[in-house]
Amino acid sequence: MIIGHQPKEFLLAVEALTVSFDGFKAVNDLSFYVEENEIRVIIGPNGAGKTTVLDLICGKTKATSGSIQFRGKDLTRLKENEIVQAGVGRKFQTPSVFEDLTVFENLEISFPRGRSVFGSLTFQRDKTVKERVEEVAEMIFLKDRLDTYADQLSHGQKQWLEIGMLLIQDPDLLMLDEPVAGMSVSERAKTAELLNRIIKDRSVLVIEHDMKFVEDIAHKVTVLHQGQILSEGTMEKVKNDPKVIEVYLGH
Amino acid sequence: MIINTRFFNRSELLGFIALAVLLFVILPLSLDIFRLNLVAKYLTYAFVAIGLVLCWGYGGILSLGQGVFFGLGGYCMAMYLKLEASSVANTKIQSTPGIPDFMDWNQLTQLPFFWKPFHSLPLTLLAIFLVPTIFAFIIGAAMFKRRVGGVYFAIITQAIAAIMTILIIGQQGYTGGINGITDLRTLHGWDIRTDQAKFILYFVEVVLLFACIVAAQFIRLTKLGRILVAMREQEDRVRFSGYSVANFKIFAFCAAAVFAAIGGALFTLEVGFMSPSFVGIVPSIEMVIYTAVGGRMSIFGAVWGSLLVNFAKTSLSESFPQLWLFGLGGLFIAVVLAFPNGLSGIWADHVQPRIDRLLASRKSKTGNGWSSNSVADGAPAE
Repeated sequence: MIIGHQPKEFLLAVEALTVSFDGFKAVNDLSFYVEENEIRVIIGPNGAGKTTVLDLICGKTKATSGSIQFRGKDLTRLKENEIVQAGVGRKFQTPSVFEDLTVFENLEISFPRGRSVFGSLTFQRDKTVKERVEEVAEMIFLKDRLDTYADQLSHGQKQWLEIGMLLIQDPDLLMLDEPVAGMSVSERAKTAELLNRIIKDRSVLVIEHDMKFVEDIAHKVTVLHQGQILSEGTMEKVKNDPKVIEVYLGH
Repeated sequence: MIINTRFFNRSELLGFIALAVLLFVILPLSLDIFRLNLVAKYLTYAFVAIGLVLCWGYGGILSLGQGVFFGLGGYCMAMYLKLEASSVANTKIQSTPGIPDFMDWNQLTQLPFFWKPFHSLPLTLLAIFLVPTIFAFIIGAAMFKRRVGGVYFAIITQAIAAIMTILIIGQQGYTGGINGITDLRTLHGWDIRTDQAKFILYFVEVVLLFACIVAAQFIRLTKLGRILVAMREQEDRVRFSGYSVANFKIFAFCAAAVFAAIGGALFTLEVGFMSPSFVGIVPSIEMVIYTAVGGRMSIFGAVWGSLLVNFAKTSLSESFPQLWLFGLGGLFIAVVLAFPNGLSGIWADHVQPRIDRLLASRKSKTGNGWSSNSVADGAPAE
């Protein structure tokens, strides 16, 4: 409330966020803050409300009460596409790419230009677009697959493509929902390498179950349980929290 | 990187030329004026089908109410022609001369206000574009902003088609009722009932049809065209790539409405009247069938589908009037079950590869044997 007391400007400030589905509170009075360039991992048992939190931030689900401040904008009042334009990118749990389009076209659609109806009618595939697409394609190991239709890609490649689509959006806050789930061991290693590269210069919010992966990347970990924060802090602190061990890590 | 930047790829160019030769040369030379006028009538539905390719095939928005927009375009044109035919001299036996005959029969003594702009040809032409666009925009905005889609949208458009028919029939004094607007004679003083006029109108229509084909192809090749395809697949991903899905759907629906309205206006000119029987549920569904038979992803397929289904309709209902509806139903089931991509799909899967092989073997005969393994450029794109 007292502005002068806030230690620093947060990129994302979630305060008293609550959503209830027919009386069931999937997220209950949740507050947390993400700093610039911070990598935050959300863990927790199934049904803890992890994915719902991401849904609320990106506008897929509307909050019952509470606020989500992102760079001074209240995201709860914006539509999904406006939230993306404000600088929030979201990767879904199951790969969602455009299977009837080529890898190039998938990336091109995500390029942040010509997003209005008439903007997209007059959109030109110029040098900037091509170079950026090729650059991103190289990062996501799909440089030689640019003309491949996305439905021909493997599961892991689709995940990479979707990460690439987010990358080309260049969001300030990147939200990833289980980015390595369902991947083979070698794909997993490559994805970790990819994620480590793309999380530079931006804040990242990740949901992940793979504890090894979490330890590798997290600056701070938030443990959710029944829609509320059970524990928050460094991985070391969270790992030794008796409450966390009881409901989640102990099994 | 082989990104196709040409406006038409090779097979599309062949399709374009084949259609142009058929419509500009073969049909006018081989058919008498009565049959040519029938073809002109069939082609008015091709405009609707092209719109449906964009809206349904690409955007995944199934509209079962395209007859409404066909009708709006047709009625706009008919109102202008009717006013011209209802000059004081032509209608001096009426109790109120100078108004359309059906108004006089319904005891109207004054031209309704919304008829007045249709005294002017430029305003009429403007209305043919604007009225359906605005109407489609209102429906689209109301539905798509609320995320109504898929089968719900289809049902609502069908209901709108039904409402429109009831409205036209019920408001007899303003619309001509069930008979529609008949006895149309001249367009800006030019008699449209003569054989010569029909011949000229046919060519005007074909030119406009090719203009629409080019316009649709242009939309298809822009990023907007790819967003439509993307939306059909993964609506959420488009939304979370920063696009307002509703606005793109509204655009596709409005574009389809404009194409349908152009077809409707030409129908009035070619056939010489407009009636609610081209507005309602049955004609609207038939229009979807033309598109499905031609192949809902193919602009040229839409034209072939409209021509062939209507040709079958005419010849079958000439000989077996009762059987036609069964034929139409069977055709639709066959397309859905066996050829989901319609005629253009059959062409791309079975005919095109053979042509390519033929061309390739001819090339390799002059070269060095069986070296070329040609892949049709763009063939798998559909």
